[in-house]
Amino acid sequence: MNQAIRHSWVAAIAMFALIFGAISYVQVIGADELKANPWNQRAVLQSFCNDRGAIIVGGSPVAESVDTGSETCAFQRTYPQPEAYAGITGYFSQNFGATGLEQSMGAELAGNSDQLFLDRVGQLFLGNQPKGASVELTIDPEIQELAYSLIPDGQRGSIVVTNPKTGAILAMVSKPSYDPNLVATQDLAAADASMNELIKVPGINLNPNVSGPTGELLAPGSVFKLVGTAAALASGKYNKDSELPNPAELPFEGIEYRLPNYAGGNCYTRDTASFAFALQQSCNTPFASIALDLGRDAIAEQAAKFGFGQDMGDQLKLDYARGSTFPDDLDGPGLAQSVIGQKDVRATPLQVALMTAAIANDGVQMQPNLIKTLRSPDLRVIEEPQPKQLRTSTTPDIANQITEWMVSAVSEGIANRAAVPGVQVAGKTGTAELGNGTNNSWFTGFAPANNPQVGVTIVMEGVDITTGAQLTSPNAKRIFEAVLNK
Amino acid sequence: MSQLSTMPKPRRNVELALLLLALAVGIGANMLVGIDRENAFDSDFWFQSGLLAVAALVFHGVLRFRAKYADPVILPLVVALNGLGLAMIHRLDAPGDDTGNNQLRWTLIAMAVAIGVIWFLKDHRVLRRFTFISLAASALLLILPLVPGITAGEILGARVWIRLGPMTFQPGEVAKITLAIFFAGYLSSNRDLILLAGRKVGPLQFPRFKDMGPMITAWLVSIGVLIFQRDLGSSILFFGLFIVMIYVATSRISWVVIGLALIAGGGFVAAQVFSHVQLRIDGWLNAFTPEVYDRFPGGSRQIIQGLFGMANGGLVGTGLGQGRPDLVPFANSDMIIASLGEELGLIGLFAVVLMYLLLFTRGFRAALGTRDAFGKLLACGLSFAVALQCFVVIGGVTRLIPLTGLTTPFLAAGGSSLLANWIIVGLLLMISHTARGPVDTTPLPPGKGSEAPGIDTPTEAVKHL
Repeated sequence: MNQAIRHSWVAAIAMFALIFGAISYVQVIGADELKANPWNQRAVLQSFCNDRGAIIVGGSPVAESVDTGSETCAFQRTYPQPEAYAGITGYFSQNFGATGLEQSMGAELAGNSDQLFLDRVGQLFLGNQPKGASVELTIDPEIQELAYSLIPDGQRGSIVVTNPKTGAILAMVSKPSYDPNLVATQDLAAADASMNELIKVPGINLNPNVSGPTGELLAPGSVFKLVGTAAALASGKYNKDSELPNPAELPFEGIEYRLPNYAGGNCYTRDTASFAFALQQSCNTPFASIALDLGRDAIAEQAAKFGFGQDMGDQLKLDYARGSTFPDDLDGPGLAQSVIGQKDVRATPLQVALMTAAIANDGVQMQPNLIKTLRSPDLRVIEEPQPKQLRTSTTPDIANQITEWMVSAVSEGIANRAAVPGVQVAGKTGTAELGNGTNNSWFTGFAPANNPQVGVTIVMEGVDITTGAQLTSPNAKRIFEAVLNK
Repeated sequence: MSQLSTMPKPRRNVELALLLLALAVGIGANMLVGIDRENAFDSDFWFQSGLLAVAALVFHGVLRFRAKYADPVILPLVVALNGLGLAMIHRLDAPGDDTGNNQLRWTLIAMAVAIGVIWFLKDHRVLRRFTFISLAASALLLILPLVPGITAGEILGARVWIRLGPMTFQPGEVAKITLAIFFAGYLSSNRDLILLAGRKVGPLQFPRFKDMGPMITAWLVSIGVLIFQRDLGSSILFFGLFIVMIYVATSRISWVVIGLALIAGGGFVAAQVFSHVQLRIDGWLNAFTPEVYDRFPGGSRQIIQGLFGMANGGLVGTGLGQGRPDLVPFANSDMIIASLGEELGLIGLFAVVLMYLLLFTRGFRAALGTRDAFGKLLACGLSFAVALQCFVVIGGVTRLIPLTGLTTPFLAAGGSSLLANWIIVGLLLMISHTARGPVDTTPLPPGKGSEAPGIDTPTEAVKHL
């Protein structure tokens, strides 16, 4: 009997060993992950009144802590240019925690990151107020403000401007936007009331994971044809001189549905089309026949190589939706519709920008990057992220071939309103039908074609054909000019 | 038999020294809480600290008088845990809340009842006479929360409370003691029968079907608690208690195998059939998905906020009164471990868990030392129940296992839990008194069921841990 008692004791000790392990995991080993969880408001609550580091763009802050002179809460987080930067900075609120960079760079901004350990020790001995690191962004304020102004008020849309060679994000805006000051205020009742109003606005960029350029999953329309083109060339079955079937409508066996060509261009003029013509005029049926020939997996594989549904690296520092996807289980008509960016294909504006950047950068996709430098309170640079490759999306030859066709789409095709005098611009438009008479109107491209300095991706949601055409390519032109004339 | 000839030592002075240390821990913690709120050393503080100290010292005095060979570590451990719990509950009281004082009231009641148990029972072997009365009492206690007019209805998804005037009470807490007494009495009388009969399959000897009666009973009780009271934690506790006791009674691993198979079967069916079990498991596995987090009831917000608090505490904790355990739902009861983890840190929480470990280890030590089978079974069962309850609670809070509704012994706010666990302490102290004291050769006063009180396994009496 005593032996059994000892065994029972050992069993109890074993349970307690598990408890010790679980406590160690929660409190020490896995603690950083728990502290970084967006639902965790403790960091915000504890440091809400502290002097946090600023988020800086072009030398001036877009988020800073301002001395209130109050005894109870010494600093108020303030956003000097609220709407244009809300999608990037997020907010820092006692009621609602932190989002955006305020959340993801929270440890650095609050001065709690490991790199700031020595500064913390110094503050302790000198008795100074704790102060966090400041974060300088890759954003170009002129381009950011221009891009923000190019989306009309009341229009839902996003614009992403990148440097394809480095992955640096030069501008990233969306509308509808909001004023983070409203929810960051120390007047907690007012913050509550503001949030109650804000969450009613459809498409508002409150959460980079579900809305805005990084989060909203949209049908990409014809810009997805770049994936089909790359897949076709990579398969070896097609080359730059291939002639593709270009019927006005593609029938399918056993059903009434027919996939039509794009009505707005000159597709109807030819029965067969070269890649150049098909991309210039954005004809649908050539790409549908490519997809039916290569099969679903070849397209999906190429989409993944462009980053669809994949990781975006660790330099973006913003939450993003991972749901950019090329669907499974496609029948013939479904596959044909998907390869032209309709049906259930989804992409975030940032994902489309990354795809274009890979084509611009000889097939190499760079990690998107928002952080230029991280500086300690005494302005010493403590981190300066270097450009990092994310993945190889396609070969340089294929990338250059697609670039050539994208140039002709601007110089001779339906993207001609993006043309900039004296500069070779590569571009592709897209119009995804939403089924209610309106479209998502896209432009994605880069310039100069032979030495890309800037990539621009624009999407305007829920517009008619004419409005979409006015708000995409011509706006891309203005951004190209603004960046290249600097 | 050399040990028996050495003079047993009462060790009451050791207990007194440890008790003063334990009071220093509990009262010191309460003082820190008060300093943080800038109301330290007010009349309330002196009143509460004084009452706790007096009660602990009276308990100590009773042991000197009635059970002078009792284990000297058990009482100080429990006083320290209870004092820490009081301090944390006091700290979590919002202005106007009275949970801290209520907990102190219940502590005093519970200690008085435990003293009463020691004073009037004198010898734990008397309880063996109440084997079947205990079974009836267990059944009654478990059925009470379901009886209309007495039940307090469904609170937080479980039907385990009854209404006693203005208060609510959880009879299931006391039922674990009466069940342990029944199992100990039944198994100590029938172990030979269970041991000798049975079929051997490979290395395992399986019992005869008719000897499985008590096991089936225990299983039915556990499943009944799960179905009708919707209390997964108590269900696990009762069945774990029974498995350990029957294993200790028979030393047969086959019983454990059968028991675990029954648990696995019952648990699997319960997980398929009952939504409250499904919710618990889903809230555990998928705690970090938004739908589960926001679900009410049965969501994972509580456990995740608790994890955030513990992570916030880190290695050394925020310090008492410096963290935000108030952000966690049920911070002073179900989640008090998370509150302690946040403010005392990994180091403080390890100390608390070590106190539990020492407590149940002393209980097992009493089981080894006592000479009668009934006492061994009872001490072992109660000690294991305390250990299992800690495991289920702390494992649930740290997301090692699904969170269930068990209380943290001595720490969590709640009168029934305090009362039951202090009675357990009283019983363990009494059993340790007979274990450590000189061999009592006087027979029990005559009475029903007083057969075989003494030395049934003399060779084991001299074995030591």
